[in-house]
Amino acid sequence: MVVETQYARFESIALDSGATLSPVEIAFETYGQLNPDRSNAILITHAFTGDAHAAGISHDGGKPGWWDNMIGHGKAFDTERYFVICSNVLGGCQGTTGPGSINPATGRPYAMSFPVITIRDMVRLQRMLVAKLGISQLLCVAGGSMGGMQALEWAVSHPEMVRSVIPIATTWRHSAQQIAFNEVGRQAIMADPDWNQGEYYDSKPPARGLSVARMVGHITYMSDESMREKFGRRLREKEKFGFDFGVDFEVESYLRYRGNQFVSRFDANSYLYITKAEDYFDLTNGTGRLAEAFRLDGITPVDTRFLVISFTSDWLYPSYQSQEIVRVLRRLNGDIAYCDLQSNYGHDAFLVDVAEQTEIVRGFLNSTARIAKAA
Amino acid sequence: MAASTIAIPQKVALTERPDFRVIGQIVEPGARVLDLGCGEGELLAWLMENKGVLARGVEISASQVRKAISRGVSAYQGDIDEGLADYPDRAFDYVILSQTLQETRSPLQVLKEMLRVGRRAIVSFPNFGHWTVRRAMLFTGQAPKTKLFPYDWYNSPNIHFLSIRDFEGLCAESSFPIAERYFLAGSSRITFAPNLLAQTAVFLLG
Repeated sequence: MVVETQYARFESIALDSGATLSPVEIAFETYGQLNPDRSNAILITHAFTGDAHAAGISHDGGKPGWWDNMIGHGKAFDTERYFVICSNVLGGCQGTTGPGSINPATGRPYAMSFPVITIRDMVRLQRMLVAKLGISQLLCVAGGSMGGMQALEWAVSHPEMVRSVIPIATTWRHSAQQIAFNEVGRQAIMADPDWNQGEYYDSKPPARGLSVARMVGHITYMSDESMREKFGRRLREKEKFGFDFGVDFEVESYLRYRGNQFVSRFDANSYLYITKAEDYFDLTNGTGRLAEAFRLDGITPVDTRFLVISFTSDWLYPSYQSQEIVRVLRRLNGDIAYCDLQSNYGHDAFLVDVAEQTEIVRGFLNSTARIAKAA
Repeated sequence: MAASTIAIPQKVALTERPDFRVIGQIVEPGARVLDLGCGEGELLAWLMENKGVLARGVEISASQVRKAISRGVSAYQGDIDEGLADYPDRAFDYVILSQTLQETRSPLQVLKEMLRVGRRAIVSFPNFGHWTVRRAMLFTGQAPKTKLFPYDWYNSPNIHFLSIRDFEGLCAESSFPIAERYFLAGSSRITFAPNLLAQTAVFLLG
């Protein structure tokens, strides 16, 4: 399946911060066919550094999508049955307006003059796209990590537009530990002299800082066990220690490689803005009263179906955070399915360990579609 | 969590479970049903399909929850002993505990919670008073291993053993109103000497 990224443009978007962005562009891809009654649309929301290219082989680079093992013919999100949409988030750097985009007022990249954005702003733009595609209700919004935050935000902000959500390996509010890791990443970028207060678009990007930020990120996506299995203490192309500070261990080589590779595809300022959006994320707006967030009018519980998935070895978004969501929805007598899937892959599990995830997502979508049809 | 560490044989299919058939008769169409220890969701799937119930399930085993969800049942992984506390009063028409009472840590607490959360409770369990169990115990002098209780004592999910008479005693003591009793020998309902002859009992409480 060869796919091409498309773009939609809107005059403006009002943001949580009070600022307005104008104009705003969103990159998206679609897979499968929208059915005549427009009832089979599923929105996939991507994680931090993801993009609109979720499935298929890209038209230009020939690259497979980031969730190609989950989306496609006969897969969990079966494109024979469903019309699947994925878009790049607001503030991103892969086609949707972000700090690297040109500010029409100055003719130069926004850089740090880009307004601070939130997860709710990202969802607001997705909603504009969904409306533009002529869809009034989504069968499902699904995503992992930051994608899961967007899915939860959809259920809370636009419950009438979503029949079901699948938040995976995620949280209802960013925890101190999650904020702490993001802050390390931001500080690494801002400590790089090449960052230059964000004004680097005409010169060298802060490659070293961004690369270190990514290295830290990668550690948090794995688990002690998966790193032990993948690298152990194996040395990289040598028999004994080099007794210098070049690469000795396989794990060092891997992190450096992933760090360097990341620099060529990701904008450092987007890193700052998106991590900030994650850190601000709290479905309860600071009250901590999650049950209230899930009530449509403050009284009636949300009637969206939920499939919450966590992974046993995920220490970045630990299972207890998913279980807090489950408990509250249970208290509201909501329609909730939940499973803590066994995996050694840590937070990355939702991207790589997909056999069991496929089994439950498929069944859940199937029953959601059946219920939707009966209604 | 004790039960999760023990290898439990898979629960049998709906057709092999006579208590399911009784439960299927009790539950009226469109009811709100919570199944505690729902296993792979066979009963709930059947009730959804045939009675159009609003179904929820709780199951501690991850692999069984997975099967239940893939079947389209809204099941979540959790512990029955703890999980009920979250539900508001009268959230369900029926709370079902099918062949699981003997596996819970605090059966009395679970029964009280079932009657708080549900308008009615349906409880089924294997009858430890059945003559085959008595005979096995009498002749072997060992923890009985029968068709009804097929496990070795050291790997049994059952941590409480109760007969029909035991259960009725508890209901009387705790003032649980018994609305209906179903005593099953094989798949037929019996009324004579149930504590001796019934393999399975199904009680409708509330």
